[in-house]
Amino acid sequence: MVQPTNEETRLSTEQAIQTYREGARITDVDALVVENFSVFYETESGTVKACDDVSFTLKQGERFALVGESGSGKTTLAMGLMRLTRPPGHIASGSVTLNGRDITKLSDDDMRMARLSELALVPQGAMNSLNPVMRIERQIIDGILDHLKEDQAKPTKDELHETVRDLLIRVGLRPGVARLFPHELSGGMKQRVAMAIGISLRPRLIIADEPTSALDVVVQRQIMQTLGRLQEGLDASIMLVGHDMGLVAQFADTIGVMYAGKLVEVGPVEEVFSEPKHPYTKLLIGSLPSLREKREFLGIPGLPPQLIYLPKGCAFEDRCPSRFEKCSGSIPEKLNLGGRREVACHLYEGEAQS
Amino acid sequence: MSTFLELDHVTKTFGSQGIFSGGGNVTVAVDDVSLTIDEDEASITTVAGESGSGKTTLSRLLLGSHVPTDGRMLYRGKDFTKLTSRERRNFRREIQPIFQDPFESYNPFYKVDHVLDAPIKNFKLASSKQEKQRMIEDALEMVGLVPEETLGRFPHQLSGGQRQRVMVARALLLKPRVILADEPVSMVDASLRATILDSIRRLNRELGISVIYVTHDLTTAYQISDNIMVMYRGTVVEAGTVDQVIPNPQHPYTKLLIESIPEPDPKNRWGSEPPQQDWDTSDLQIAGCRFADRCPAVMDRCRTTKPAQFLINKHQLTRCFLHEEKGEMTDPDITSTFQTEAETIKAVPVKI
Repeated sequence: MVQPTNEETRLSTEQAIQTYREGARITDVDALVVENFSVFYETESGTVKACDDVSFTLKQGERFALVGESGSGKTTLAMGLMRLTRPPGHIASGSVTLNGRDITKLSDDDMRMARLSELALVPQGAMNSLNPVMRIERQIIDGILDHLKEDQAKPTKDELHETVRDLLIRVGLRPGVARLFPHELSGGMKQRVAMAIGISLRPRLIIADEPTSALDVVVQRQIMQTLGRLQEGLDASIMLVGHDMGLVAQFADTIGVMYAGKLVEVGPVEEVFSEPKHPYTKLLIGSLPSLREKREFLGIPGLPPQLIYLPKGCAFEDRCPSRFEKCSGSIPEKLNLGGRREVACHLYEGEAQS
Repeated sequence: MSTFLELDHVTKTFGSQGIFSGGGNVTVAVDDVSLTIDEDEASITTVAGESGSGKTTLSRLLLGSHVPTDGRMLYRGKDFTKLTSRERRNFRREIQPIFQDPFESYNPFYKVDHVLDAPIKNFKLASSKQEKQRMIEDALEMVGLVPEETLGRFPHQLSGGQRQRVMVARALLLKPRVILADEPVSMVDASLRATILDSIRRLNRELGISVIYVTHDLTTAYQISDNIMVMYRGTVVEAGTVDQVIPNPQHPYTKLLIESIPEPDPKNRWGSEPPQQDWDTSDLQIAGCRFADRCPAVMDRCRTTKPAQFLINKHQLTRCFLHEEKGEMTDPDITSTFQTEAETIKAVPVKI
């Protein structure tokens, strides 16, 4: 069932937009358009705006990384895009257009079919997302059988067997892993199984939520490189959610920085790292320890605000070294600085392009 | 120069060695490690390695919660197994752990004051309530917390970084000689890591407490520590000062480890995918170098003979045949390559 990369789905190189990553095939086709997307949690003490009015676009073949501290809303956003938000959370507004279709308007059944086949999740901590009493093979087949369309014939045992074998090889595992149980695998192998399930129906968008947070550096690198290879083979786009800026620098094409539920900066990875605009991004990049030089490395002073009691102005104001009067008065709008760079900060209002 | 703790050819194995298993199913978690922790000089030493490298087993040995299978552990020159209960109690006060997970170290039903009260009561450190209060406040201030904003709160009301710093303050109350921090920042956001590591470093610099920093994160290790030992499946494959080891790694494993660190620089991306190790081969019992399977520079003898410790220079050693010409070390103590007295901070005697 899993075929080698379908040549028809590849786009010609003329359509490719400027990219920094060697071998990247980013096209000018919008794979995912998120507009004014908000996910709120209703609690007794008020509304928690965990993800507030977020808009961004992912091109086909692009690797987009969403970074932020814990509690910044990045996982809420990722889960919201999958429509897996649990009560008391709910999608308050906005649209999510995946390959031309607004998935916020799909019926629950259609959405269930869209998951895995169009947008797949590679979860955080794969150790806990596999069923401990089911063999790996069974867990991979599960998703495939569940997503059969009504008019589709059920694949034979041999076909399924072949599919599983093929998927395991593609994620870098021995075919024999199919007969094992999750506890017989190392953390890295489990993460690979989770990737095999994720790509089993050739999705157009892979959402990877901190896929390597519990793994060692060497394994982390192997997993991320395998994920990149799979994504390129499928011509899919990827949204990486995480807080490891090093990983983002190594892996992504574009970065989105979240702070207190808002997307405060978006831009090509290389530009954002060399010339961050938002004061929060500046501090975030400046606080990274390096192997090149020894220096006093300092965190960002202060704590992020509680999402339930957000200030009237900019949420970063009390920690910001470049704040001025306007910051406490009004929430900064997102400004377009040209060349796919966007920032939500009053400092740049003069530079904005319409 | 007096020795606080000494490991002398310590090996720790797990698994059954009974008559039924035929002695076949043994995992060597720490393999022939000799080191000393000195009392007079306080330094920060990193124990680095991936999961399964034995770094946690080594730290449990140092905490006295594991007993060596082979070799000796000496506490102030006395065999650890022969300590009196009084000496053992003193040992438990003098070496304090800080654990990985700042969420699990707390009982959620108690206020954070509880973790600070308990050691004072247990070791009878204060004679009055006022003294106790003052001690707690001093310890909190030392780690950069404001007592009024911390005391009287429940664990869930503090951030992960604050919770971990309260743990550092707790360790501090006992006026330890050594703090053993096992992955203290791996569960904490990157932006908060710096503050915790900074408070640990202050304990070392200002109070003369030695720190053993167990981690897989070589970047923070390079930033805060003086010395490093890199472990791979129970063996110390490379050791020395961070200024030697990190810029010039000599063992192929250390090289792989350093290359794999995701550097926050998009202009300098990873090269090709490193080969995966196959954990199927139960090579924990193989005779030669444990890294042989994954090593890009493997030679025939690596699979049959275990490399000795070769001294690269005064401040760096490695267990790899590539450096055999440098000569085998006469002193098995890996800490002999660490920074010497003159180079580290003089320990400040602490009165108890």
